[in-house]
Amino acid sequence: MTKSEGELTWRGLEIGSIITEPGNASQYQTGGWRTQRPIHDTSRCIKCGLCAIFCPEGCIEPNAEGYFEPNLFYCKGCGICARECWTQAITMVEEEE
Amino acid sequence: MRAQRVGIEVSRAIAIAAKLANVDVVSAYPITPQTHIVEDIAELVANGELDAAYIPVESEHSAMSACLGASAVGARTFTATAGQGLELMHEVLYIASSMRLPIVMAVANRALSAPLSIWGDHSDVMAARDTGWIQIFAANGQETFDSVLCAFRIAEDQRVLLPVMVNLDGFHLTHMIEPICIPEQSEVDKFLPPYQYPLPLDPDKPITMGAFAPPYIYTETKKAQQVNLTAAKEVILQCWREFGDLFGRYYSPVEGYHCEKAKVLLLVMGSFSETAMSAIDTLRGEGKEVGLIKLRLWRPFPFDEIRRAVRDAEVLIVLDRALSFGGPGGPVCSEIRSALYNEDKKPKVIGFVGGLGGRDISPGGFKEIINRGIEISQTGSEQEFEMFGVRE
Repeated sequence: MTKSEGELTWRGLEIGSIITEPGNASQYQTGGWRTQRPIHDTSRCIKCGLCAIFCPEGCIEPNAEGYFEPNLFYCKGCGICARECWTQAITMVEEEE
Repeated sequence: MRAQRVGIEVSRAIAIAAKLANVDVVSAYPITPQTHIVEDIAELVANGELDAAYIPVESEHSAMSACLGASAVGARTFTATAGQGLELMHEVLYIASSMRLPIVMAVANRALSAPLSIWGDHSDVMAARDTGWIQIFAANGQETFDSVLCAFRIAEDQRVLLPVMVNLDGFHLTHMIEPICIPEQSEVDKFLPPYQYPLPLDPDKPITMGAFAPPYIYTETKKAQQVNLTAAKEVILQCWREFGDLFGRYYSPVEGYHCEKAKVLLLVMGSFSETAMSAIDTLRGEGKEVGLIKLRLWRPFPFDEIRRAVRDAEVLIVLDRALSFGGPGGPVCSEIRSALYNEDKKPKVIGFVGGLGGRDISPGGFKEIINRGIEISQTGSEQEFEMFGVRE
């Protein structure tokens, strides 16, 4: 079931569309749903991690310098992080592409 | 126990069929006219005659949901329902077939409310027509008993793995005492191998059943289901052949009675076909070239068999015991018309809807239907169908 979207045919499905590989939901790119993208301003960020706690997708993690960054493969662009950020370090901008 | 022919209520015979099939799990909610079936199974379990888990639940929705779980771990699973109960199960029926779980269910066909009617017709199962289940209609007690045994074999065949509904008319069959041949356990064991689900729920080998499917794959899952259900017909035919070789009773998707050289055919499903046979006998006695078609297999729909069976007739009269309100009348007639539409050689198809909410149609009634059908075919009718026996 690790085939990409276009490759999987009806013949290739398991009985009853059973998924035999645990955890393969991680391959599902929910980032494709996004209409807005969060932009983090590191000059305002105090590294509190509140954005990561509130993120319903659990896709925000600190980078090597300790600044929090969303994984855009999963980020659905809900904007909760921007709303909750104490220092208003996160801005939602329109996805142009 | 030796094979024997006993006088027994059809519902009780179904319970015995479930016992002979050695079911592992039964989850059911009692509803008239299905009650005797599940009551008897509960008794067999309580008496220690059947080693199965009997799960009493608070509704039919829960009954079918419990069946899903049981079947998914690889348990042979049985339930029964009727009328409103089948409708309450509705959404779970789709899940059973889409997840390819070979649950077997007896449906004691009953009318739908309102007004409340506990009596028989086919409204319940026709509303479940598109749920992806294999659907078989039995005409008498022996057929019902045999169909339940066959249902397990068909459902659990590795090429099929689909749930099967065995339809029997509420009261007209469920509450009848009929002579039924009950085979020996050893004969049933020979016919029905132990059930093995290829991908059961197993903590040591985790899988996900019933996961969500995004738009890019949902259509493929439905195509797979469609191909699978259609292909099940070959397995059903094979099962019925082998059942016949073992037990001496042969079944087919479309069965004819006095169809030889019949210019007029009557098509009926379920127990009413037995009454219709009397009408055919009388009319044949009067020199009329009429015959009867019994449709036993409703899903997968036996297109080829139906086309072959009616090809040489001039008039085909179809009796439905369900009504598609504001639509073409009866669902059976509608599907048969559609199956014949592109054929070069086909009879005129005349639809009747009758026998609703337990109203009997006597042999005389079937004679009337046939004569009226012939009359409509000769005069031409603007109507899609007629309702039979309605007081104006």
